[in-house]
Amino acid sequence: MTNAQQVTSEILSIEPVGSYYHVVFSAPSIAEFVEPGHFVAVAVGGVGSAMLLRRAFSIHRATPGHSIEVIFAAHGQGTEWLSTTRRGDLIDIVAPLGTPFALPNQPIGAVLVAGGYGAAPMGMLAQALRERGCEVEVILGAATETKLFGVLDLARDADSVTVTTDDGSSGLRGRVTDALPNAIERINAKVVYACGPMAMLKAVARVASEHGAFSQCAVEESMACGIGVCMTCVLPVIGDDGVTRMVRSCVEGPVFRGDRVRWDDVHTVPSDVFGAPVVGGH
Amino acid sequence: MSVDLSTSLGSLHLKAPTLTASGCAAAGRELAQFGDVATLGAVVTKSIMLQPRSGRATPRMAETPSGMLNSIGLQGPGVEAFIEKDLSWLSQNGVTTVVSIAGETTAEFAELAARLSNVPGIAALEVNISCPNVESRGQVFACDPYAAADVIAAVRREWTSDAPVLAKLSPDVTDIVSIAHSVREAGVDGVSMINTLLGMVIDVDRMKPLLGGRTGGLSGPAIRPVAVRAVYQVHAALPDLPILGMGGIRTGHDALEFFAAGASAVSIGTVVFGDPRAPWRVAEELSSELASRGYSAVRDVIGLAHR
Repeated sequence: MTNAQQVTSEILSIEPVGSYYHVVFSAPSIAEFVEPGHFVAVAVGGVGSAMLLRRAFSIHRATPGHSIEVIFAAHGQGTEWLSTTRRGDLIDIVAPLGTPFALPNQPIGAVLVAGGYGAAPMGMLAQALRERGCEVEVILGAATETKLFGVLDLARDADSVTVTTDDGSSGLRGRVTDALPNAIERINAKVVYACGPMAMLKAVARVASEHGAFSQCAVEESMACGIGVCMTCVLPVIGDDGVTRMVRSCVEGPVFRGDRVRWDDVHTVPSDVFGAPVVGGH
Repeated sequence: MSVDLSTSLGSLHLKAPTLTASGCAAAGRELAQFGDVATLGAVVTKSIMLQPRSGRATPRMAETPSGMLNSIGLQGPGVEAFIEKDLSWLSQNGVTTVVSIAGETTAEFAELAARLSNVPGIAALEVNISCPNVESRGQVFACDPYAAADVIAAVRREWTSDAPVLAKLSPDVTDIVSIAHSVREAGVDGVSMINTLLGMVIDVDRMKPLLGGRTGGLSGPAIRPVAVRAVYQVHAALPDLPILGMGGIRTGHDALEFFAAGASAVSIGTVVFGDPRAPWRVAEELSSELASRGYSAVRDVIGLAHR
């Protein structure tokens, strides 16, 4: 486990990007330890805030010795507050957190799939994969064109980018999974990386398995602490021993093998999970 | 001026006045990234049960104004894995450890006390009686003076260690003083207070309770005045009963209120979720708060609000 650091960070810039915000945090002691898939937990509301819990964001970019960057949507009280911060504001952050994407040792083909701002970590990931000689295809999807993120940057970082939108306002009309089988076959991909809503991840994991590829899925679960002490962000995941456990998406995740997550059982406690309630018991 | 922050809970000497709170620091290991856990008053572990336990379905958490609701359902590895993995780590790292135990029957509490009695490295036992009693239609032990006393008496019989036994009290009672009397008669060496208050959030889009477990425990600064009141009442009635105070402590100023109300030490709970350095920070701030008021030792302010 990489040690996380809690630091007071200066906002170096914050600006709207399409439907989202792009914020750059000063993080000179943190950035060099960031790997694709790590996240940052940001305190919101200022000193004495009535919002006690941090907001967790996938790290978009890390510049060693300098900064880390985040893409977020202002869709709740905490992120609304964050969107009103300005350059020079000081904010408490904890990073890097979580288990990042596992990278292959061989120069294999890889497809990166993201929904909306789930594209945030994909540039770093594409660069890391290409440094290893991997061929990288990217599929970016969203409900509509304004909800897409990172299309131009990823066109530079990857070998090719396919865009899908539900309403056809950009790229192919349809879902990312409609474009996934072709992408896997085109480069004979052995691994699919995904970040986005749970329903998308579930579908990506299924399509990847059907086409003989592993999948690495970064899940989004609500969490209170982000550091592994509160046990709120759990989901049922099958371990190496075949036993399903309720595991923390903040420490064991957020990246899991897609074939190990029991997608249909998320938000439930499966009866065969380790420590499940026994009939007549708790 | 240097302030002496050492204190004690009955026979347990504490080198620092702030402890973690059960369920808010796992078994201490994750916090080691943020500070030396061995310098805390103690780590109070998440309540451990006899058997491994999956806990409840998600969502398990809802943020509320200055607080949160949780409905974890005591997820844990069971006592054997806890001893092997968590307690051994805590011992090897020189951490003062308070082990919290939870059961669904009086017999389970007794069995846990018996199992842990001979295990080295336990500085105190905290008995989490805020659990549903399956033998009494799910009524919470801590809400019934007789059931609470039964559990404590059973634990006391099996607990052969010299380390103190604390009962963790629930504020969801008509008269917390009568519960404190009851567990004291049954043989506790001190009380931890307060546990969470039962609450609920409704998701009005789904028109259902938001939490998977429907209800959850409310914690955080929102409940702090309730906790200060409870500590004050119990200390007034039982001035010799050591109190580990907790409930929404966020700053050294907050902690000082608890000491003045009668707590001998304090636990930092929910605030750790937002600020993992809080247990250390609160101790530093407490030192400044005491110094600025001319006190040289935290022990000197315990119960001062009762004069």
